[in-house]
Amino acid sequence: MSKPAFVYTTYIETSAEKLWQALTDGDFTERYWFGHRVTSDWSVGAAYRFSNRGKPMVEGKVLVSDPPRRLAYSWDVVKEGAARERASRVTFDLLPRGKVIKLVVTHDEIDENGTTLRDVSAGWPMVLASLKSILETGHALDIDPAAAKDLACA
Amino acid sequence: MSIEKFKPATVYTIYIAATPEKVWEALTSAEFSTKYFFGNSVEVDLRVGGAFIMRTPDGARHITGEVFECEPPRKLTVTFNVNWPELIERLGPTLVSYEIEPAGDAVKLTMTESHDRPLSDDVLSGGRQGWPAILSSLKSLLETGQPLVVKMAPPQRMLAALREIGIKTP
Repeated sequence: MSKPAFVYTTYIETSAEKLWQALTDGDFTERYWFGHRVTSDWSVGAAYRFSNRGKPMVEGKVLVSDPPRRLAYSWDVVKEGAARERASRVTFDLLPRGKVIKLVVTHDEIDENGTTLRDVSAGWPMVLASLKSILETGHALDIDPAAAKDLACA
Repeated sequence: MSIEKFKPATVYTIYIAATPEKVWEALTSAEFSTKYFFGNSVEVDLRVGGAFIMRTPDGARHITGEVFECEPPRKLTVTFNVNWPELIERLGPTLVSYEIEPAGDAVKLTMTESHDRPLSDDVLSGGRQGWPAILSSLKSLLETGQPLVVKMAPPQRMLAALREIGIKTP
């Protein structure tokens, strides 16, 4: 892990396979990731992109794809109006702990001169709380639009 | 003791589909805490200067402290001192603050653990391991009615660091 970095851990009652699918299936991400839909074939080196109502938000390359244990991709914010920054890196570790999965998200290699650290520090807790809710209850979180707007910068 | 001297060492934020009142109740009542806080029961006299106690399932006072800020259902700040011999002498007091803010139909809960002196990452690792499990389980309890059953090893890295500086751990 390179600093500055943001690390967030949560525990979700689900299987590693379902969690992997929740992270990689665009129909599913659109439901809990506040409208962000992901597309990729998830092979190492392949491109991926998050878009919201057809507009590109974040894109990059798949760096690690070891289902259902570890997924990593580069993170380049391409949203209209966002300042250009060096691409950062996101790593998801899915660790079975009895009946639950410990999910550790590490966002590192962050450009220290930009807003990414601030944006993702605010954004990941919302996205991952919504992910946990949808997997455990079937319902994503309904968070207020101002918060969701901040998130769109992430 | 002045809480202005304390600096945040660990911050954990989680969003919960519940009302602020329900989250407040879950943080301050034994009926809830025994389900999500590793079986520990909380007792808190909800006024500034009131006592804060966290008992283990056998009734022992595992954590004791005092209420410094109490604004139901928005903010609770308490000292949160683990009762292991020499711990408070070596590390000083621990301050824990819960902030509850509405966020759409959900609630943003922020837990901040602060200390009045710099502590090593090894010492802080116990809280950093524990809080995500505790608060993830609290979220599950409020949203599904059931806490999480998390299989978790003891915080060896923290326990070793505490023993090294003369704190008698169980």
